[in-house]
Amino acid sequence: MSGMIISGKTGDWEIVCGLEIHCQIISKSKIFSGASTQYGADVNENVSFVDAGMPGMLPTLNEECVRQAVKTGLGLNAKINKYSEFSRKNYFYADLPQGYQITQFEHPLVGEGFVKIDLEDGSSKDIRIERIHIEQDAGKSIHDISPTKTFIDLNRAGVGLMEIVTKPDFRSPEEAGAFLRKLRSIVRYLGTCDGNMEEGSMRCDASISVRPVGSSELRPRAEVKNVNSIRFAMQAIENEAKRQVEAYDNGETIAQQTRQFDQTTGKTKFLRLKEFSDDYRYFPEPDLPPLVFDDEYINNIKSDMVELPDAKRERFVKELGLTPYDAAVLCETRETAEWFERAAKGHDAKKVANWMMGDFFAMLNEKKISLEESPITPENLGRLVDLVTTNVINGKTAKDVFALMAQSGESPDKIVEEKGLKQVTDSGAIEKVIDDVIAANPNNAAAYRAGKTALMGWFVGQVMKQSQGKANPAMVNQLLAKKLG
Amino acid sequence: MTDLTKLTIAEAEQGLKTKAFSAPELTQAYLDKMAACRKLNAFVCETPETALAQAEASQNKINRGEGGELEGIPLGIKDLFCTKGIPTTACSNILKGFVPPYESTVTSRLLAAGASFVGKLNMDEFAMGGSNETSAFGPVINPWSKDVPLVSGGSSGGSAAAVAAEMCAGATGTDTGGSIRQPAAYCGVTGIKPTYGRCSRYGIIAFASSLDQAGPIAKDARDCALMLKVMAGYDAKDSTSAQMPVPDFEKCIGADIKGLKIGVPQEFRADGLDSEVAAYWDKAAAMLKARGAEIVDISLPHTKYALATYYIIAPAEASSNLARYDGLRYGNRVDGRHLEDMYVNSRTAGFGKEVKRRIMIGTYVLSAGYYDAYYVKAQKVRRLIRDDFAKAFEQCDVILTPTAPTAAFPIGDQSMLKNPITMWLNDIFTVSVSLAGLPAMSLPIGLNAAGLPLGMQLIGRAFDEETVFKAAAALEKEAGFRGGK
Repeated sequence: MSGMIISGKTGDWEIVCGLEIHCQIISKSKIFSGASTQYGADVNENVSFVDAGMPGMLPTLNEECVRQAVKTGLGLNAKINKYSEFSRKNYFYADLPQGYQITQFEHPLVGEGFVKIDLEDGSSKDIRIERIHIEQDAGKSIHDISPTKTFIDLNRAGVGLMEIVTKPDFRSPEEAGAFLRKLRSIVRYLGTCDGNMEEGSMRCDASISVRPVGSSELRPRAEVKNVNSIRFAMQAIENEAKRQVEAYDNGETIAQQTRQFDQTTGKTKFLRLKEFSDDYRYFPEPDLPPLVFDDEYINNIKSDMVELPDAKRERFVKELGLTPYDAAVLCETRETAEWFERAAKGHDAKKVANWMMGDFFAMLNEKKISLEESPITPENLGRLVDLVTTNVINGKTAKDVFALMAQSGESPDKIVEEKGLKQVTDSGAIEKVIDDVIAANPNNAAAYRAGKTALMGWFVGQVMKQSQGKANPAMVNQLLAKKLG
Repeated sequence: MTDLTKLTIAEAEQGLKTKAFSAPELTQAYLDKMAACRKLNAFVCETPETALAQAEASQNKINRGEGGELEGIPLGIKDLFCTKGIPTTACSNILKGFVPPYESTVTSRLLAAGASFVGKLNMDEFAMGGSNETSAFGPVINPWSKDVPLVSGGSSGGSAAAVAAEMCAGATGTDTGGSIRQPAAYCGVTGIKPTYGRCSRYGIIAFASSLDQAGPIAKDARDCALMLKVMAGYDAKDSTSAQMPVPDFEKCIGADIKGLKIGVPQEFRADGLDSEVAAYWDKAAAMLKARGAEIVDISLPHTKYALATYYIIAPAEASSNLARYDGLRYGNRVDGRHLEDMYVNSRTAGFGKEVKRRIMIGTYVLSAGYYDAYYVKAQKVRRLIRDDFAKAFEQCDVILTPTAPTAAFPIGDQSMLKNPITMWLNDIFTVSVSLAGLPAMSLPIGLNAAGLPLGMQLIGRAFDEETVFKAAAALEKEAGFRGGK
């Protein structure tokens, strides 16, 4: 049970929440023009005549954006609508050069779907997707340069967006958080959105209402705008729900309204009532023909899909023998999962996973570097595991080799070779060392033979030391027992 | 030397080829005529230097035995077409001073074919009007005017008048509800609105996107064929342009029309049809019959709803298309205390009465609560009108109707100005064709008792301009009326 119950004076209340997520589509150019979408360009550098709403300019659809949205739809187990059309949403604003936004209204590209979320208590829940439509982003109004003027940057104007709308299925902030994390992971896996909420490439609005536990009614909701992190989204839901319960407790009513999340207080602020919201005068976009797909188009995209985190995780457990926990950690991002797969290929996957989860992540953390910056290549990590399993080096030496790999980026084979770290498995050589150690410590040998068997460890240590750690520990143990026995 | 401006484009091309005269001589003749006829107010921007430079370049090409299909032909361009480096205003104050940094596809094609542009032509503001009286530059005077100045028709009034007065060899026009055909009829010249999608709309200032089409206005059908062949063709920059091959329309001129079925719709004998117009209609049918065509009675039962449908759809699209004229990025800005103030001030000062009227109507019919009753219903009726034509074309190959219910009327006609509906009634024979997206040509059939030209309209199947050209050329020959005053 992951629902949150808010106990008020008037009884117990539950949260009813739905999310609308705007995801910037990863594409080289904008959705209706050839202008670049590159982040970090100079102000108004990525602006075509179409984006600036110049007279006589017409939108042309960037097919890549459509493919990306279809891919996302498939990733969210959703129905791809074979017929969809664009509409104009009309409103005046300085950062909307055409005076309308090209979006989809009556006939969205993607219909109903679902996303499975995993909750802290180990349970899971399906969050239903209502629809996904594609549209163009607006530009940016910059109000803080001058006290009397607003500056406009149109670089973002016309960048493709997917608006993902869920059903009101969230009963707790935790569920919403789990969903956003899952969604982010899926779009990142698919390469359809970079999912950076802080940079605004993924933006979230939450529709929140509350109702008495056990009731199935839908009460007027508050739409909380532009929450730019998962933590803030969870905070906004919790605090807004509590605010509403308090209002009902005080005998007040809640009107349909738009609110804004305040990052400093974690609370929501009243913005405007819904009744006074604009009439957007939607109508079908006459400059763009409807989108009509056949099965082949959709199947082509389907065949082009990467394995998604859930499927990957399951495979790691079933086929590679990983623990569910390890599999979950390694599948959190596509990059990590793919790095792991490259490292594990042809080697002992479980041992590779152990190295990654342990020394490898610790090394990245310590160096404060990302996976891509790792001096150790996945192939070399796999090779290191091999050197241990084939008894070329022992586990202790492996740790040293790993440290050297992290320093130089060299292959473990080269390090072992150059430093002469190869494990000694020649029983004659080991026996000679053992004989020397026993001869040099006759008192301890006698004590051992007299029953002080705890001295075995001491003898092993001495032999290892004499062999500079290279002797095979298992053989040392075995031969010592024979010689002392 | 004979007056070069009397020549048709075909004749002028012949003369240039045989070196009877040079391209600069031809251009100069038209420039002289343009200067002599300034009182007609047909041009809002004259570009004699550019035209002469283009003519020089053309002559060099001709001398080398090179040159395009319209090499050295001086044309006038409706001010709705964006022309790179040449002011383009749509004859609206809101675009005062706007110089496009890009060229429309249609004008690019004409330039590439070797045409020279003598200037930009007057028109109704944003192509909204049927008399050229809504132009911010004032009305065009019909060259056929006697004592009282008559309207040239609209919205391509400057184009029709300039061709009639021989100020340019041909002109571009645009037609949304009759804006090529009606002024062509009023001025005794020939003009064709091709099938929707035949010419690219890229760079043409949008009025009603689902209806706007570019087309030529010239002295006769052959000249229209020559120009249309160059203007038409698929353009990736306009998603509504058709991927259809462009036939050699000129081949249709003089073709046999024996057995061609000419449909005559009875519904077009509407109230208010001038008796002389009605008589010429019968006469035109008889002329075609005399050439071996067969006259067929057809029915277009939803004709009576066409005007109402048009005056919902066109303003709806216009209200959205004109939202970009906000004074922010280009054109005329009237400052205000804040953003909304600036919008209101700029648009109040920038738009004329008729444009404001249509923005108001369009905004109204798209508003929540009215959308279904007006816009959605109009789209349904539009489909019925399209079906009417499809059915009629099962019985005939081309449809013959008058172009307008009357001949040109005086500028400042009070009944028209007081009641805009009277003005809109002029479109009664042309709008249904626009709603159906079909090709239609207007050609002069003769003069009425007052000595004013009357036009006949020939409507074809979608993308069958060829049959229209065949019938038009035959009728033109029979009528013996050649464009030009």
